[in-house]
Amino acid sequence: MNTDKRSTVMRYLLLTWVALLFVFPVVFMVVSSLKPDMQLLQDSASFRAFLPVGDISLDNYSNAWDRVPIGRFVINSVVVTAITVILSLFLCSMAAFSFVFLEFRGKAVLLSVILATLIVPFETIAIPLLMVVNNLPWIGFDGFQMGWLDSYQVQIIPWVADGLTIFLFIQYFKDLPRELVEAARVDGASWFQVFYKIIVPLAGPCFATAAILKFLVMYNQYLWPLMTTQSEDYRPVMVGLQYFFQLDIAWGEIMAYLSIITVPVLAFYLSMQRAFIASIASTGVKG
Amino acid sequence: MKRAMNLMAAAILTASSSMVFAQTDLSLWYHGAGNDKEKSVLTGIINDFNGSQDDWKVNLAEFPQESYNESVVAAALSGKLPDILDVDGPLMPNWAWSKYLTPLEITDEDVKDFLPGTIGRYDGKIYSVGLWDAAVALFARKSVLEKHELRIPTLDKPWSLDEFNTAINTLKMDKDFEYPLDLGLAWKGEWYAYAFGPLLQSWGGDLMDVEKPTAEGVLNGDEAMAFGEWWQNLFTKKLVPGTSQDGADRETGFLDGKYAMQWNGNWAALAALEKFGDDLLFLPAPDMGKGPKIGAASWQFGVSGSSKNQKGANDFIRFAMQDKYLANFSNATGLIPATAAAAKMTENYKEGGKLSVFYALTDKQATKRAVTPAYNVATLEFEKALSDIANGADVADTLDAATDAINKDLEKNKNYK
Repeated sequence: MNTDKRSTVMRYLLLTWVALLFVFPVVFMVVSSLKPDMQLLQDSASFRAFLPVGDISLDNYSNAWDRVPIGRFVINSVVVTAITVILSLFLCSMAAFSFVFLEFRGKAVLLSVILATLIVPFETIAIPLLMVVNNLPWIGFDGFQMGWLDSYQVQIIPWVADGLTIFLFIQYFKDLPRELVEAARVDGASWFQVFYKIIVPLAGPCFATAAILKFLVMYNQYLWPLMTTQSEDYRPVMVGLQYFFQLDIAWGEIMAYLSIITVPVLAFYLSMQRAFIASIASTGVKG
Repeated sequence: MKRAMNLMAAAILTASSSMVFAQTDLSLWYHGAGNDKEKSVLTGIINDFNGSQDDWKVNLAEFPQESYNESVVAAALSGKLPDILDVDGPLMPNWAWSKYLTPLEITDEDVKDFLPGTIGRYDGKIYSVGLWDAAVALFARKSVLEKHELRIPTLDKPWSLDEFNTAINTLKMDKDFEYPLDLGLAWKGEWYAYAFGPLLQSWGGDLMDVEKPTAEGVLNGDEAMAFGEWWQNLFTKKLVPGTSQDGADRETGFLDGKYAMQWNGNWAALAALEKFGDDLLFLPAPDMGKGPKIGAASWQFGVSGSSKNQKGANDFIRFAMQDKYLANFSNATGLIPATAAAAKMTENYKEGGKLSVFYALTDKQATKRAVTPAYNVATLEFEKALSDIANGADVADTLDAATDAINKDLEKNKNYK
């Protein structure tokens, strides 16, 4: 074997090893979801943990469905996540556009304040935020009410704008040729027309990246919905995971539940994968 | 005009009659989301209660146990607590002190037949009542003890500290087992105070002296120091698995024969009985000097301090305290019914029942964890201290640090007065 071939083999071996490292947790999850608890625990200490061997069945899936209203929770999560992602892309991209292309008083200070929010952990503002949303009015299908607890809006609105997404758009917009914007303005385009006819079409990969990052944050929400939802009507999937942690923990059902709730994430990621990779390659942003 | 008057009168009559029969809604929060067995019994009680009178209608909202306390605290902060809520026994004093709970209109006479651990008393008042309790025991195999000529302890004559030490050191010699005893350190959180706090109490120490209140001289007194040294010895001599124990080993280690004995709760008893049958023994806690002790107080029902329907909430709790419901809960969950009369109605706890020994254990050895609003902090400090000592930290320094942290919390909260 010559040196080139040897190095190619080594490279593929290394890549295969790294790929397996990332794939094994998913394989473990899916395989374990097919095993009874006792077998799952016994297999976990050996390579059998990654093999669909032994007493294999779909019982964990049917038991998980019986234990938890999975459909309801997945719908809640998808509704909250989808609306938040859409609103977030709209608002954050417009905010970033303003910071990059418009001139207004206090811009630098305002941008600094927004970027400073990046270093504030959510846990530190959770309680004050809870107090705020609990005292906000809302007019919905049930009429006027005070307080947003136990609703979709309480899980959506506080998350529609955030420093990271705005920063992501700002970085991307800065690299776009300003001449295009100036030419459009000379031709009489309004700022909003410049935004949606020039900037948005050019920023597809950035939108995809922001969408995926926001999707993951929202779909994995735990603490906030835990504090603000009081009924299963609005409870999302991650809070639902806690249903399985009883005195006698049903590990197989947990793996089945995780397998089910991972499907929307995988579907969304795969649908945006090409744009996501293009964006990472162009901006150097890592999730 | 006359017709209009008649219509109005009919409308008023209809409205008033519906008002007479409308039941006032009572919200009930329960920690058992995902537990179908508990839900089915609780729903049965609620349906019976709602159908038994015309004044109140209980509506159940379930929360997952792991995050239940956080949900309650968040609701309390936003003034949205339900009428009735359940509370983990040792946390009750803190919730009572925080005004999340209000004293029940339930008398000593109402609970005279209940196991002590199921009654949540704080500041001389009853704040909560449990329909069941849980108990821990030393799971062991008769054949193993007999093989090593170890005396089988009884409730009346449990192992002394010396006998217990002899037993685990003898079993350590048996190469069939990886460890002679499993304490379950794969389990974190409240397990430490629930399972090991009573061992400290049996040595003569405690998490704190609730009367003074202080942890000084109690959590770091001579008895606690001796307990700490003994505790550390268990790990340095590899008599028990340490804090890095695999969760799977905790679940199956005793059943698979890795561990000769296991400190575990009645919730794990049926699986062990299935595996070992008549060979299985549920041994009482050893007497470390101040009497054998195990933890008491599980989940209990209380009425929220902000409830505007306290009468209805109390009526529901009193209704749920009937023996038939205690028995139903026990049959569904395997937990220990709160009264002897209910125990007789159950499969597992009636005389000769597979788990009847746990009722006796609870009745005889159960000891409540420190009844104080400071418990929330004390339990965390105790867990950290035991974990650190197990991993080799200096016993005196560690217990002193835990004592200081608990006292600091007391000071910060003005002794929770």
